[in-house]
Amino acid sequence: MVKVKVIERPVPTVSTEIYLKEVLKGMGVSAKHFFQGITTQKNLVTTQYPEEKRPYPKRFRGHHRLMKREDGSARCVACYMCATACPSHCITIEAGEREEPYIQKYPRKFEIDYLKCVFCGFCVDACPQDAIRMDSDKHRIPAYTRQDEMAGNIDLLKLGGLSQARQGGKWS
Amino acid sequence: MNWNIVLAATIKWVFMVLVFGLGVAGILTWVERKMSAVIQDRVGPNRASILGFRMLGLFHPLADAIKAFTKEDFVPDGANRVLFFLAPLIALVPGMLAFAVLPFGPGDNLVIANMDSGIIALLAITSFGIYGATLGGWSSNNAFAMLGSLRAAAQMISYEVSMGLNLVGMFMVFGTLSFSQIVYAQGHLLGGWLPEWGIVVQPLAFILFMAAALAENKRAPFDLPEGESEIIGYNVEYSSMRFATFFLSEFFEVVLIAAIVTVLFLGGWQIPWLDPKGIAGGWIRVLQVGAFVVKTLFVIWVMMLARWTLPRFRYDQVMKLGWKIILPLSLLNILVTAIVLAML
Ligand code: SF4
Ligand code: SF4
Repeated sequence: MVKVKVIERPVPTVSTEIYLKEVLKGMGVSAKHFFQGITTQKNLVTTQYPEEKRPYPKRFRGHHRLMKREDGSARCVACYMCATACPSHCITIEAGEREEPYIQKYPRKFEIDYLKCVFCGFCVDACPQDAIRMDSDKHRIPAYTRQDEMAGNIDLLKLGGLSQARQGGKWS
Repeated sequence: MNWNIVLAATIKWVFMVLVFGLGVAGILTWVERKMSAVIQDRVGPNRASILGFRMLGLFHPLADAIKAFTKEDFVPDGANRVLFFLAPLIALVPGMLAFAVLPFGPGDNLVIANMDSGIIALLAITSFGIYGATLGGWSSNNAFAMLGSLRAAAQMISYEVSMGLNLVGMFMVFGTLSFSQIVYAQGHLLGGWLPEWGIVVQPLAFILFMAAALAENKRAPFDLPEGESEIIGYNVEYSSMRFATFFLSEFFEVVLIAAIVTVLFLGGWQIPWLDPKGIAGGWIRVLQVGAFVVKTLFVIWVMMLARWTLPRFRYDQVMKLGWKIILPLSLLNILVTAIVLAML
């Protein structure tokens, strides 16, 4: 049996039909808010934006950042998983070869096109190396040219930090 | 022609209409925004500043004026240019003229034209206000504007009738058509203590007149001619100062209606139990003018409160309210008044 929630409709009474009393009641509510508003600033819902900023929620997905190894190079191993997961195909990776025998690749170019990115966070979930994150607490700031909307690996590394996660791989 | 009279009338006109009327109307553009904000628990406009002083956003009307003056003055293709240019003025001027018959204080000096047929003159002049909205919408060659102006015409003509009929009860009670005489009569005390204000002797007429007056000046809950969310209204094609003129005329009408309500129903310049004959000059007279101003501002406040409380009526509801409820009630009011007066 499907349960149906029955909602009682308010029955019109003489006083609601005359309308005048309800009008006065409504105006009373407005007047209450008016006097509250001019005497106290307590109930304000406005954030005075440029001066006053709302704190971001803990899991806010902001500007991407590339995490670093101890020596300052990118943790990213250019596996293309993020680029594959990305629904808007906005990550461009060009792999370069590394000297160390046990890590083969590094991203010579790692570029995110912020005109396409939808900030879904799939890239972060896809990454096996904890190399890309979106917890920088920063907005992507709009730019004047299309070229400026591309964030390269240098910008992304600048925001990055050390990761506590153990890097995977056979010899690590 | 007696030039002294012309000069005196001009000076009075400048003070009453330009300084008081237009001044308050200008500030009302700020009050409207600020009051809506405060009622809705917001902050409201507060960014316009001069040298870093924000003054609660009081400079916004100034900024608006600068903006309105510097914007492009757009005339749509196929508009009737003459009427298009005239319409905002036609909307504004009748309100200014109507102020002439309202007494700001006792005596002949505080009213521009102390007419014996003040109420008739006022009704005649304010009826012209319709032309502004109607011609504005009609001349701008836009279907939405046309709709707005049709609504404006129908609505204003309907409510004009009941507005006039509600005043009939007033001058039956006070036995005069002159605003000054009505205000004097309201100084009379009923039973020795209750001032015989219009709202006391004609409470029903007061309520109906308020409703009709709100409808007459096209503000929420009767803002059908404008109806921002559906048709944008008769002034949709207007830009720059012409639009601002329409806007100003709307606020000016608010001031005018508030002043009329004050004079007719709230005792005008009368302060209860203080100098009802208006013979004491000096500071008492200043106080009395002050009382008129304060009462007018209070009525404006109430009208603003109504505007930010009530949702807009549907169009057929407006017509139904006007013709089927307010009009019969006004007639009933006249009938009852007549019977009571005949029995007294
Ligand atoms: S957040 Fe989403 S859209 Fe943006 S780069 Fe990552 S996967 Fe692509
Ligand atoms: S950021 Fe992560 S998922 Fe993307 S290529 Fe580098 S290692 Fe692979």
